[in-house]
Amino acid sequence: MGFLVVLAQRTLYGLLLLLAVLVLNFTMINLAPGDVVDTIAADMGGASAELVAQIRAEYGLDQPVIVQLGNYVWRVFQFDLGQSYFYNRPVTEMIFERLPATLLLVFSAQIFALVVGILLGVFAAQRPNGILSHIVTLFALFGYAAPVFWTGILLLIAFSLKIPLFPVAGMRDVTVEGFFPQALSVAHHLVLPMLTLGSIFIALYSRLCRASMLEVLGSDYVRTAKAKGLSPRDVTMKHALKNALPPVVTLAGLQFSAVISGAVLVETVFSWPGLGQLALTSILARDTPTILGILFFSALVVIVGNLLTDLMLRLIDPRVRGKA
Amino acid sequence: MKIAVLRRLAVAAGIAALLSSTVVAEEPVRGGTLITTLPQTPRHLNPAVQSGIVTGAPGAQLFAAPLRYDEDWTPQPYLAESWAWSDDGLSMTLNLVQGATFHDGEPITSEDVAFSVETIKANHPFKTMFGVVEAVETPDDHTAVLKLSQPHPALLLAMSSQLMPIIPKHIYGDGQDPKSHPRNGQDVVGSGPFKFVEFTADQQVILERNDDFFIEGRPYLDRIVYRIIKDASARAIGMENGELHMTTFENTVRNIKRMSENDDLVATDEGYAAIGPINWLAFNTGSDGPLADKRVRQAIAYAIDKNFILNAIMLGLSQESKTGIHPGSPLYYPDVNGYDLDIDKANALLDEAGYEKGADGIRFSLTIDHGNPTTKPQAEFTKASLAKVGIDVTVNSFVDFPTWANKISNHDFDMTWDTVFNWGDPVIGVHRTYDSQNIKEGVIWSNTQQYANERIDELMAAAGQEIDPDKRAALYKEFQEILADDLPVYWTNTLPYHTIYNKKVGNPPLGIWSSSSPYDLVFLKE
Repeated sequence: MGFLVVLAQRTLYGLLLLLAVLVLNFTMINLAPGDVVDTIAADMGGASAELVAQIRAEYGLDQPVIVQLGNYVWRVFQFDLGQSYFYNRPVTEMIFERLPATLLLVFSAQIFALVVGILLGVFAAQRPNGILSHIVTLFALFGYAAPVFWTGILLLIAFSLKIPLFPVAGMRDVTVEGFFPQALSVAHHLVLPMLTLGSIFIALYSRLCRASMLEVLGSDYVRTAKAKGLSPRDVTMKHALKNALPPVVTLAGLQFSAVISGAVLVETVFSWPGLGQLALTSILARDTPTILGILFFSALVVIVGNLLTDLMLRLIDPRVRGKA
Repeated sequence: MKIAVLRRLAVAAGIAALLSSTVVAEEPVRGGTLITTLPQTPRHLNPAVQSGIVTGAPGAQLFAAPLRYDEDWTPQPYLAESWAWSDDGLSMTLNLVQGATFHDGEPITSEDVAFSVETIKANHPFKTMFGVVEAVETPDDHTAVLKLSQPHPALLLAMSSQLMPIIPKHIYGDGQDPKSHPRNGQDVVGSGPFKFVEFTADQQVILERNDDFFIEGRPYLDRIVYRIIKDASARAIGMENGELHMTTFENTVRNIKRMSENDDLVATDEGYAAIGPINWLAFNTGSDGPLADKRVRQAIAYAIDKNFILNAIMLGLSQESKTGIHPGSPLYYPDVNGYDLDIDKANALLDEAGYEKGADGIRFSLTIDHGNPTTKPQAEFTKASLAKVGIDVTVNSFVDFPTWANKISNHDFDMTWDTVFNWGDPVIGVHRTYDSQNIKEGVIWSNTQQYANERIDELMAAAGQEIDPDKRAALYKEFQEILADDLPVYWTNTLPYHTIYNKKVGNPPLGIWSSSSPYDLVFLKE
């Protein structure tokens, strides 16, 4: 019963949040000077006054902003995200075309960062003041502090140019035929973007895991486990790590939005054909329906992600279940 | 194979051939896939209703045009095997190649030419190209006659692939709006050397050989893949590791320098004369401030060291441009004042204009914008340069293109760095900047300087109608002389556009239209 109430409550909050996202974003985009017609004109190398007026009228940009907002929200409630001004295609279609690429990148980077982060954290917690622990910390912080595009270009120079192991750009080799070779090609193209995006989050997860492990390793039941003669390996993996994980999982859930925004840069550097690249292009082009559509979807993904994290924690951590 | 050919040549020509560095034109080879790039995703692939280089590049492969151009601006037959002006310059007759077909097998007729001209005239942003075409007559399937309301020499350059693709009437004439026609980006049926295979936004455009192309034996390539890579460094790395064969319109000087040092690659600035990109500092001459006085504008030009821009900012990769016509154009007139650095003269001109230095050493204050992030160094250099002659400059930071365009096109600025393209004939891309009739609020790259000079208007009207090339050049000479003195904008250099190609690529597109010319001659060695 309590579970359903929480679910209903969270869903309602989520919907209100989505409406707020729509209205706020619409207003913000409209506050910025210039509109899509400027970029269409720029793309064409200049345009006449008649053409500019004609395009504005076609897209309804000559109407008052409040009318445009009303029209837009009304259409979204009918599950219609509109047509892209710039590409002349339905926004929903464009988003669904790119969503798989972004999800693939985001999930693989997240998993990569979690696995590496947790391993490093556990390792560092064994000897918190050892030299190796400091090296791990330094390495992780470096990944966190370095700008993504810089890490990306550096990896490209190292592993595409100097040691040509990976391709520079794109998601698949167009000359490859067949399902398995293509999947392999996608995996091959995925490596560098995944490393780049993952590198930011390794630091977060490893630091948190280290701290959490240190706390757990000092607790009574670990001492008991050691006292009853369990091997250090069993103590760490079976007793300590299990209890050190919940904070890391929570953080990973909350970081989801950060991973998505990190993907924008990574996708641009590696020409990864995902939502991030589309977002950047449409923001620069003031392609309002596309920007709003992407923000709407991102908000949706984050809300659902947080909801799932919430529910997950309730399942794996009995202590959370008690608090409504 | 290649070595064998060389050996035979060497034997035939004897030692003389070895001593002289005579270039032996290599025999083109059939087959292969050319991997090249686009720096952004085109809106679609139909240049009839969309200008710009990213549509023009694949567009020129998909669609043939009446004429084509090589390096020296001489029109060559293409879809039109011959063409002729009438004596009064009021009509242009095109005789089309016999037996040419669209990619779906339908014949290309004069009806399609007429339809293409009408579509372009109604939908293309460059109204001056076909604005004076009153009708296109089609006496038979292979003859099209363009009837003009006045002589219009710009038509010759407008009849190239970038600006006048011949599109099929039976596809685009179905009553839908050609600007948003579904066949602009998918299932494109063209008339050019390559056929449409795939267009995926932010990934690639793939084209394949048109086996029924109207020029026998061409094209040489089997396929062209345009990979859409927005990051200039990623493109450079792709060229260096051999993943890409060729990249065009590169303009980040450090990447060009790096690529040019690679032994497998050739970097050249040939091929950009028609598109004609010029960097300039624009003045809002219509404002009430000091910039309305031409002496102030001249003083600013004298105070900025053009050589610093050419050598330090552009690393010597761009050419000096003293006027608004690209230095690669036969109409460019270089013997005008180039405003070489002269601080004393700048100070004298400012004093003469009545702007004495104040107690703090400052005469007046101005703002400067820069139209894209790449001109930021120029904007900062301008600030430092003008400080030396007592002009205080504030650099406005660049937000994004629409913000800048909105500001400039509504005449809300003092000075701005900008890049504007010639687009072939001056009538198409040059006149718009200086025409007093083209001062239009809200339209970027109109006469945003609000410059008005009757004589300039007269000269443009006359040159626009002058069929005789020598007389025309004389009119543009006077035009450039007056502008160089009035200085509504201070032209400094061409954009350092470069084509970088792997030595494997034969016949790279180095004609005046660069990647917007047909690739039917391009081949891959080996």
